Amino acid sequence: MTNSHQLKRVDFIFRNENDWEKVLSSTLKRKPAELINELISSELKGRGGAGFPTGLKWKLTSEEKSEEKTIICNADEGEPGTFKDREILSKVPCKVLTAMAVCGHVIGAKKGFIYLRGEYKYLEPELKKAIDEFEYYCKEIDFDFSISIFMGSGAYICGEETALLESMEGRRGEPRNKPPFPSQHGYLGKPTVVNNVETLVHAFTIFKYGAKKFYDLGVQYSRGTKLFSVSGDTPKPGIYELELGMSLQDFVYEFGDGDTKAVQVGGASGFLVPRKKFKDAAIGFKGKLTGISLPTGGSMMLFNSSRSMFNVLDNYLEFFSEESCGQCTPCRVGCQQLLLGIKAVKRGDKPAVYLDKLMRLTETMQLTAKCGLGQSVANSFSSIVENFREEMIY
Amino acid sequence: MTTKINISINGFPVKIEKGKTILEAAKEEGITIPTLCYHKDLCVAGNCRVCVVEVAGQRRLSAACATPCDEGMEILTNSLKVRNSRKHIIELLLAEHNADCTKCYRNGNCELQELASEYKIMTQDFIELVPLKTYSIDMYSPSIIKDDSKCIRCQRCVRTCAELQGVNALTVAHKGNKMKITTFFEKHMRDVVCTNCGQCVNHCPTGALVEKNYIEEVWEAIANPNKHVVVQTAPAVRVGLGEELGLEPGTRVTGKMVAALKRLGFDSVLDTDFTADLTIVEEGTELLTRLKRALVDKDETVSLPMATSCSPGWIKYIEHMFPEYLDNLSTCKSPQQMFGALAKTYYAKARNIEPDKIVSVSIMPCTAKKFEAFRPEMHDSGYRDVDYVLTTRELAILIKQAGLDFDKIEPVKYDRLMGDSTGAGVIFGATGGVMEAALRTAYEIITGREVPFKNLNIEPVRGMEGVREATIKIENPVKEWAFLDGVELKCAVAHGLVNAKKVMEAIKSGKANYHFIEFMACPGGCLGGGGQPIPTNAEIRQRRAEAIYAEDRDLPIRKSHENPEVIKLYKDFLIEPLGAKSHHLLHTKYTKRNRY
Repeated sequence: MTNSHQLKRVDFIFRNENDWEKVLSSTLKRKPAELINELISSELKGRGGAGFPTGLKWKLTSEEKSEEKTIICNADEGEPGTFKDREILSKVPCKVLTAMAVCGHVIGAKKGFIYLRGEYKYLEPELKKAIDEFEYYCKEIDFDFSISIFMGSGAYICGEETALLESMEGRRGEPRNKPPFPSQHGYLGKPTVVNNVETLVHAFTIFKYGAKKFYDLGVQYSRGTKLFSVSGDTPKPGIYELELGMSLQDFVYEFGDGDTKAVQVGGASGFLVPRKKFKDAAIGFKGKLTGISLPTGGSMMLFNSSRSMFNVLDNYLEFFSEESCGQCTPCRVGCQQLLLGIKAVKRGDKPAVYLDKLMRLTETMQLTAKCGLGQSVANSFSSIVENFREEMIY
Repeated sequence: MTTKINISINGFPVKIEKGKTILEAAKEEGITIPTLCYHKDLCVAGNCRVCVVEVAGQRRLSAACATPCDEGMEILTNSLKVRNSRKHIIELLLAEHNADCTKCYRNGNCELQELASEYKIMTQDFIELVPLKTYSIDMYSPSIIKDDSKCIRCQRCVRTCAELQGVNALTVAHKGNKMKITTFFEKHMRDVVCTNCGQCVNHCPTGALVEKNYIEEVWEAIANPNKHVVVQTAPAVRVGLGEELGLEPGTRVTGKMVAALKRLGFDSVLDTDFTADLTIVEEGTELLTRLKRALVDKDETVSLPMATSCSPGWIKYIEHMFPEYLDNLSTCKSPQQMFGALAKTYYAKARNIEPDKIVSVSIMPCTAKKFEAFRPEMHDSGYRDVDYVLTTRELAILIKQAGLDFDKIEPVKYDRLMGDSTGAGVIFGATGGVMEAALRTAYEIITGREVPFKNLNIEPVRGMEGVREATIKIENPVKEWAFLDGVELKCAVAHGLVNAKKVMEAIKSGKANYHFIEFMACPGGCLGGGGQPIPTNAEIRQRRAEAIYAEDRDLPIRKSHENPEVIKLYKDFLIEPLGAKSHHLLHTKYTKRNRY
């Protein structure tokens, strides 16, 4: 990345050529192995935030022997500051549905579900229409595949894939132990692919244009484009499709209000980057990039100098104290301790060094929490306290 | 053939069976990894995170209880990273827990307390959460007290209630900082489907769920010179009590227990086994009467299969969940309640004591018995038939409080009049025992011969399989029961309410065709009861069962109808089984209950 102050805007996702029928019928003619290879060579990684290679996920699930398999589109978009999946589902739902059907073809699933966030209930009627149209076409081309919508009930934790599965099976949304992974033991104990909405749209792009076109975008380890939900102190909040690998400096140059103090990358469970580190931070998955690499589900929150980082953190921790599923000790009690802890330090009830104890606690939370969310809830705490310690105390 | 894989634990290479978890592998190698949410009886939850270990090549720690070993895995169970994390987790749990240990019923037998002591948590740096929240203690149930401030959210009780009992009275509600273990609409335990079985109490690692104890009440009764305190002891207590007093699981302490009870000051130490034998005579006669009405009189109103009614947890369960089958229950009271009714009538008369001066105490392996004694139906003597019910654990507390050295106590025999027991009465304490005792008696009544099993041991109904079936063909019956010639008596045994549910559903769907079924609410029967020593698990239940059958084997009389005191009871007082007096004192009726 150079100091070009140039972000590469791309327009794959929302470009609506209305040719999903053609893409679907031609893709379904190709062999599963071929499609898996296409996905693997594109180096598409999951866009929900964790970044697991999508091709590999499909491959592992396709290799499982089972009569029944399932593809689930995870539309439980709950991370604070993320609102891209909502746009995808309302603007280009058929791209998502097409990719789900192709996944069904690849892994051998005849059934797909969209796990729709409770707060997105209003999307349901339109989405249903799209599904009807889609299923009608599947019938026409003699492809046995159906899709249902499963409504979430507003729990943040159900975005975690195994909690999502529990919720779908009618139980309390609590993450499962892994292994076994959903690719072996997923929905109703059968092999299951759970993909983020955006991941599926990228898969559509790849099947339509070929892996190379996708691979050529982005940087090593972080190929392709990504949708960013830009919010906060910015003159132009909204959703932008950008190439991965950009430096945060460039991003702030484009979206900042000239007074950007810090950017929260990846939502409340992501990392806060202060102004002095913008230059070294690149947006993408962990790899050999120099400096800090920041994976993200796409949430970019900008804060200017009028913002108190204490209030920001307090807000995040309040959220996690309530939204932890409450199952495992480090996340359930840890979140409450972090929240009460910063308040106590601010009030002067605890000495400033108590922050160090809490920093060590965040390490334990990252090391020992049961699920990916529990392991990442302390990220915002550690990055904010590390960079804005004085704001926590005074 | 099991395949072995190579792993290393703390640098030492070991070979272990494929499929074992890290926790199990370490245990085999003599390394105990601390646990809280783990219980051998239950599915793995992996939510307390106390058992985390380091696996080479992985950045994060793994829960030893939930992680299967893989070939080549290098595991560290006590690295600095592990220790620091574990300590943090214990500290977090303590910050959330009402750690008022000296005022806790489980003081001295609490898994969290033990861990805190092991890891020497000497200070509490984290902010205590208990004073910041409001907790109420649910003490309205006569059996169980639930104190949420002591709950560590391990969900062992929830899994127990669901997996072992299929009752789901306890469940998780809310999330995050408000997450708690509660009941339907957060009602009191007494107002929901809770069967009072106490398995949750037995599986709780802390003092969040404990039995309602009546220790002080019993001491007061003993100290009152105007009261005559009789105590009865259930069959399963004699094979469990030792564990609470430092003995190995499966140690038989019958004689020592009787001696200890006398030293505690009970006026008369008697045996529930006596009324267990009485139950067999009453219930056996009831079964045969029902069979006769069904087969000879072709009476279609007769409810078959007949189900046993000894287990109050089971009774409350069927009242809630299958009320349409209440007529299938034997009308016999449980041995405890038969004893209670007789203590204040037959015993009072024989001993020439005013019934209102008698305090009737029972020692039970059970918490549901506390509720049973409270039932309004259980006042047939004109008084409350059983005044106080203590669990095996509470009896151990009495013994400790009295400073008795259990080791040094010489065993003695039960007092006379309602103190005689047979082997058949003893095996009531094990799953299948009531069935076996009933068959020993019924077969002999019908045919005039002993049951055709070696040493009277009816092996098909023994064991720990959740549901067991047995068929006994009746050949050459005596004249009175000639109509049963060639009939195959189909019996089933179910223990643990989750298995009871299976049998009931099979009956409901018409798939099961039994004559007689024994139901026990708790896994393993009474010997695995909710009032038994903590811990209880499959291995310990097995040991207690062996002790029960050894007790049976060593008794001179092993058939209920041969119990000399039972014979005398009928001669002097009851006249005949199912007679008018029996009906009044020994039989009861059941109530349909709500389903939430």
